[in-house]
Amino acid sequence: MRAASAPRGRAERRLLLLDRESGAVGDAVLDDLPSLVRAGDLFVVNDAATLPASLPARLPSGAAAEVRLVRARDDGRRWQAVLLGAGDWRTPTERRAPPEPLAAGDGLQVAGLAATVTALSRTSVRLFELLFESDADAAWAAIYRHGRPIQYAHVPEPLALWSVQTAYAARPWAAEAPSAGVPLDWSLLSALRARGVGLAAITEGAGLSSTGDPAIDAALPLPERFEVSAAAVRAVSAAKAAGGRVVAVGTSVVRALESAAASGELRATSGETDLVIGPGYRPRVVDGLFTGLHEPTASHFALLQAFAGRAQLEAAYAHAERGGYLGHEFGDANLIL
Amino acid sequence: MSLNAIVTGASRGLGRALAVELARTGAQVVLVARESEELHAAVAEIRAAGGKAHAVAADVGDKEAIHQIAGAAAGLVGPIDLLVHNASTLGPTPLKLLLDTECEDFERVLQVNLVGPFRLSKAIAGGMALRGRGTIVHVSSDAATSAYPRWGAYGVSKAALDHLGRSWAAELGELGVRVLVVDPGEMDTAMHADAMPEADRTTLARPEAAAHRILVRIFEPAFENGARVAIGGGS
Repeated sequence: MRAASAPRGRAERRLLLLDRESGAVGDAVLDDLPSLVRAGDLFVVNDAATLPASLPARLPSGAAAEVRLVRARDDGRRWQAVLLGAGDWRTPTERRAPPEPLAAGDGLQVAGLAATVTALSRTSVRLFELLFESDADAAWAAIYRHGRPIQYAHVPEPLALWSVQTAYAARPWAAEAPSAGVPLDWSLLSALRARGVGLAAITEGAGLSSTGDPAIDAALPLPERFEVSAAAVRAVSAAKAAGGRVVAVGTSVVRALESAAASGELRATSGETDLVIGPGYRPRVVDGLFTGLHEPTASHFALLQAFAGRAQLEAAYAHAERGGYLGHEFGDANLIL
Repeated sequence: MSLNAIVTGASRGLGRALAVELARTGAQVVLVARESEELHAAVAEIRAAGGKAHAVAADVGDKEAIHQIAGAAAGLVGPIDLLVHNASTLGPTPLKLLLDTECEDFERVLQVNLVGPFRLSKAIAGGMALRGRGTIVHVSSDAATSAYPRWGAYGVSKAALDHLGRSWAAELGELGVRVLVVDPGEMDTAMHADAMPEADRTTLARPEAAAHRILVRIFEPAFENGARVAIGGGS
């Protein structure tokens, strides 16, 4: 599927429909969304703001490198991060020259601040724990002053941070945009509300989609920080009790809600999740998914198979391909319900 | 759960007093001002008194700074419940007649006093609307309602800020976000001295007293959304 190569607004996005029961495929546009759902349904969105997670770095040798933040480990001084060699997103990550190897205890300059490598992951030496040697105020200031949103080679122009935020972003937990929600502006959200659809939020620190390091990429998705509030649990329970369907806006919402229901019952939960959803997983909470169109090879496609059969999904994607739908984070949308 | 607040223009005057007073109520406060020793001194003062405060050095008139403020603040304290737009500029002082005001100076006043608050609210109010709660405060001035010679740029910016508050309230009220426009009255601040160096400071209200009265209004369970209230009246 051809990738959308620049940010696109609500009005430009098409919507591929896939009926979970029948496998029927249909074509719509995003503005049709309110007419495709029912009063009493609940849309659950991810209110994580997208971090400027790509930071310039200097290695102990003096060589330039790029640090990509994965998730905060505390109030902003400690982070899990991935190291990439010199260069930027214009070179596909898998073709980037590998960085010089790090060792625990190494001192780096990251976003202009002194930082220390406190631990290396067993997955790959490029996945590491980082400690800024400043207070949290200074660390956040440096991240926002020097950081840029993570982006990939299929989007040639540099992205502004506001082009990768949702219209309801509340706290900066996401290494990459929770992209399914980015085209949902308040006009569309208000139309859903007017239709009788409920809105609720969880927070999930959506992680990296690719690093170019085969060992890390094989381990994706990495554990992510998440929070499902008591208010979200109440909204889900009320919707289900009234016969409404719970529609997750993005796969990060599926991961958060299903993680919070790991005990069998949905509970207010805050922590980290390593739940990986794929073929054979039976969702306990989520009835439908509003998401983007991504490469069939990605972990995204594996998660979709918890909602529809592989053959149905392949048929839907073939239909989208023939119909000229666009893929990736600024691509067209997909409603599986 | 404690309140998470942002106060702009918090390094001195009313903004500083609001931040101190909010921290005293147990709020986690993010103080925003252009880089200055005063900003860090204000944070240190709050922390020394046992309060929770953080500094974000940024210029609200700078478009690039808006996501720095919203992002760093939420990273430090969590989702924002209260956003106080207190930062403002008079433009060049001594204040000038409109006919003598450079267009660039007029634009700069609008950027800081009007467009900056719009941008910052745009970055934060969506999250409030989704959670179904939040309060936005616009600090106004009587120059918003009365036209005085030499106060043209500032007065226009504050009049527009008042209407921006009413417009936000009209759109966000049903989503649970409240907007309050407050006119704090004349106070003994550095800004007042810049604008009216000849004023007798002993007759002016202390910013701490005004801050206290503003917080009383903010914490009132019911106020008319988008209402403009004057809380002046001496110290």
